[in-house]
Amino acid sequence: MTNPSIAPIGAPIVVIVITGLIKQFGRFAALRGLSAEFDAGKFHVILGDNGAGKTTLLRALAGLAQPTRGTVSILGMDPQEACREIGYMAHPSLLYDEMSGMENLRYFARLYDIVGDERCEQVIRAVRLDPELARPVGQYSQGMRQRMSLARAILHDPKILLLDEPFSNVDVHSAREMVALLKAMRDAGKTIFVVTHQAALLEGVADEFVWMQAGQIVERTAGLASNSTRAGER
Amino acid sequence: MKSFWSITLATLTKDIRLEWRSKDALNAMLFFSLLVVVIFVFSFDPLAEESRHIVGGLVWVAFLFAAVVALNQTWARELRNQVLDAYRVSPASANALFLAKVLGNFIFVSLLEALMTPLFIIFYNLRALGPAWQLIPIGLLGTWALVVNGTFFAAMSLRTRSRELMLPLLLFPVSIPAVLGMVAGTTSILTGENPAHFWIVLLLTYDVVFTTACLGLFETVLQAE
Repeated sequence: MTNPSIAPIGAPIVVIVITGLIKQFGRFAALRGLSAEFDAGKFHVILGDNGAGKTTLLRALAGLAQPTRGTVSILGMDPQEACREIGYMAHPSLLYDEMSGMENLRYFARLYDIVGDERCEQVIRAVRLDPELARPVGQYSQGMRQRMSLARAILHDPKILLLDEPFSNVDVHSAREMVALLKAMRDAGKTIFVVTHQAALLEGVADEFVWMQAGQIVERTAGLASNSTRAGER
Repeated sequence: MKSFWSITLATLTKDIRLEWRSKDALNAMLFFSLLVVVIFVFSFDPLAEESRHIVGGLVWVAFLFAAVVALNQTWARELRNQVLDAYRVSPASANALFLAKVLGNFIFVSLLEALMTPLFIIFYNLRALGPAWQLIPIGLLGTWALVVNGTFFAAMSLRTRSRELMLPLLLFPVSIPAVLGMVAGTTSILTGENPAHFWIVLLLTYDVVFTTACLGLFETVLQAE
């Protein structure tokens, strides 16, 4: 891994190094000897068919799935040590349905030693929701829930964002707003990983499309169009 | 350390708020305990003297079974929407979560005991012949013993397919020394025949040992896949 302190000026800084990553669930191998490096400040989109290992890869990066073999290094640390620098948004909302969005964020803020409501209100507004909304999250529409889930993931201002299907069940307008927010975050230096089946939304925004198949990265391309064999993904 | 207690308090407050809104655990526990009292009243019709010998057992068995309902609920709400993963990816201490859950369950089960004990006294016409104040340490230590192990084993059985069955299977055998202490201690005080000091010390030792062991092992349980 390139050490940020000795990297040549202008050279990309590698923030994530994956070496020979194998993740098995019983006899099924979800990840099969995956190795890769990812640069800081880039927008990576992970694509692949169902069962390709996209979600497992994201969970391994978040420290939620322990590798069966191989290593994951984030900013030179183990994922669990680097947890303050990682924001994770899963397919389920990771929110309490019985509490309002603000109550949820207030609780999660405490886990990161964030005091006061200011930051919570700021991230709720950033995802275009109203911090005053008293309705419990269980009564939110799916799109609102996804946006609140994104607000939870960015609450502690992480350097690396891992987002699993952030646009599923979100209307096109809201999805474009989320993309614009993610683009602004990438431009501010965040490293973003998005697992999605709606890759077309991210064309022109993403820096790299990472194609997975059968638990391995099979190709990394700069744009969707450059991979004619997988045009169906769009 | 400040952060540890702050997270414990935040999690405890959150759990109480969720329980207050849903009342899932409290309603189920109250209904279950009430049924036990009524069934036992109709099944036995003991004299006051006989009551003093059997009520210790009845009370604690009723509370033990009722507590299992609350203990299962504790972690079930963390599984909905996989909220537990949000905790696992945070830098918050695993033990802060465990302690908050134990304290929450302790409050819920103590509340149940406070509501049900008068009913047991009325229905069984109870009057303690020994020092009644000693029922307080036995109640507190006994309840802690149930919830500390119960919270731990409920977390352990969280990812098993039949977790509601697994919890009693794991919890009850481990709880035998504590239940023995609670029942024998309560009976000693009600009958006034023997001092309850031994049982109080037994419960205290049990609580210290199992609280330490659970705190030492909980992180492994939380991070297990």
